[in-house]
Amino acid sequence: MSLKHDVRATGAILPTRRTDDLRGEIGMVEKPRGRWLPFSPWHFVLMPAAIIMLVPLLWVVVTSLETLAQTQHFPPILWPGSFQWSNYPRAWSSVPFGTWFLNTIIVTVAVVISNLLFCSLAAYGFARIRFFGKTVAYFFLLATLMIPIQVVLIPTFLIVKQMHLIDTLGALIVPNLANVFGIFLLSQFFRTLPIELEEAARIDGASRLKVLFRIVLPLSLPALATLAVIQFLWTWNDFLWPLVTIFNDSHFTLQLGLMNFQGSHVNDTNLLMAGNVMSMLPMLILFIAAQRYFVRGIATQGLKG
Amino acid sequence: MATVAAGPHRGAPGFARRALTSDHLAGWLFVLPAVFLVALFSIFPIIWGFILSMQKASLLSPSRPFVGFDNYTHIANDPLARQAAVNAVYYTCLFVPISIIIALFLAIALNQKIRLIRFYRLAVFIPVAVSTIATGVMFMWVFDANFGLANWALGGVGLGPFGWFDSVSGAMPSLVIMTVWGWLGFDAIIYLAALQGVPHELVEAAAVDGASRWTIFRHVTLPLLGPATLLLVVWSTISAVQLFDEVFFITRGGPLGRTSVPVYYIYRLAFTSSYGFSAAGYAAALAYVLFVVILILTLVQFWLGNRVVHYSS
Repeated sequence: MSLKHDVRATGAILPTRRTDDLRGEIGMVEKPRGRWLPFSPWHFVLMPAAIIMLVPLLWVVVTSLETLAQTQHFPPILWPGSFQWSNYPRAWSSVPFGTWFLNTIIVTVAVVISNLLFCSLAAYGFARIRFFGKTVAYFFLLATLMIPIQVVLIPTFLIVKQMHLIDTLGALIVPNLANVFGIFLLSQFFRTLPIELEEAARIDGASRLKVLFRIVLPLSLPALATLAVIQFLWTWNDFLWPLVTIFNDSHFTLQLGLMNFQGSHVNDTNLLMAGNVMSMLPMLILFIAAQRYFVRGIATQGLKG
Repeated sequence: MATVAAGPHRGAPGFARRALTSDHLAGWLFVLPAVFLVALFSIFPIIWGFILSMQKASLLSPSRPFVGFDNYTHIANDPLARQAAVNAVYYTCLFVPISIIIALFLAIALNQKIRLIRFYRLAVFIPVAVSTIATGVMFMWVFDANFGLANWALGGVGLGPFGWFDSVSGAMPSLVIMTVWGWLGFDAIIYLAALQGVPHELVEAAAVDGASRWTIFRHVTLPLLGPATLLLVVWSTISAVQLFDEVFFITRGGPLGRTSVPVYYIYRLAFTSSYGFSAAGYAAALAYVLFVVILILTLVQFWLGNRVVHYSS
């Protein structure tokens, strides 16, 4: 479900405290219970739940290491005796996965960097400068969060077509150079910073830009990281917009490529799953490495790409 | 706050200097790039979309004759639009309560301070990072009618075999199961954050007063989860009504149109040869109707929610 343009007027609903990392993650040791079990009964809920959530993913990995004959066996073979690691290079070379990875990386990096820049500038303007029309402009920006993507899909397509960007990576980058969620997230964060530091720097003759880049942004690294990972997730996994704007497979993103690969290898289940693992891996690694920023981004705003 | 004149402009004549150093100009310069981009790619399209909805438009030709509200009146007599609406209601009524109730239950479990909690949280959260297409590839395999894990596991307890995405009555429930898997982590994160916002003093005070664990949960914790629940209901409804990726990728609206949902129908009208690329105006009208429906649903849910939900100060 592509939710990029959905309602984000949620700051009002969740408690407005800054959500720090969810507590209880590190070094939690159960208190001795001395009851009827040597461990907490919650494990009876959580262990099956964790297994159900993880089994589809593990099953994909197992299948990606089987021979074709093993995949077409019922009951399913849960543990192939020998691992077919060669499925991975075969899948990689049977379609232009390398190109698709590169395209996705180009688009994602460009979008993340431009969002960090433009959203920081705008957020600083809204958080710290008083200027004519600010309230109205901010209101209009926030109102666009209510717009679902399908309403703007056709006109945006026509705009991008006017720019002669259809079927280029530019079609995926240009409309996403800045987004309102980022402005909102950062300006909320900037407001929590002590203003005295900035005032002192201004009195010493620093320009506003210098204040932003030398004082505000270095203090805002957690918020910037949150915006970066959430934007990364959205852009990396986006599907509908690339689907309507990109036709040539040399310009495909990973999601379009995976769809294409699935279509041409319906019966090569082992290769298909190897391709699927390769497509998921970068995002999964990023998620595990930066889990706290994903959690913070979702918990403060409630967002998924 | 008075602006301190910036260095380079100090020598400029009075008027120009005031203009250059005023807050108004500085403010607009800071917000302009983002405001321009949002205006061009969000505000302008929403206006243009409304104009398109009153035209007979094609994405291929620049000629777009004006047809007034014909596109809108046509919706009322379009059986495919009605089918899409029915399917969307069916999907939403399954997806929203199921995903939220399971997420609430899981979040309570994930809020316990027990061993392995990091692992459990990661297991529940991880689908957040998996794309809809990767999820689709995965579940098409898990739900494979011949060799899939699901039929094997359910067969072990005497159920099935099921046709899953290929079955007329089972395709939509299969989509629900898959998307619940994909969204549980998101919902659980929201609930977990809300649970951790429940003040300890309240729970302790109730415990001192002799309330049982269940009473504390029912009368202290649950009311405090109201805002998060309202958020998730609104959120899940909006995303459910806009279901697209999974339908496009897996079922293509089938079998027998049972999973054809509004955004998929809009996509087919505007962007495929199914309707000769000539129905973009009609598609824009449908998109606008969907937009208004979403707005109304959101407002009604907030209105109803605010009568039930307690906000702690």
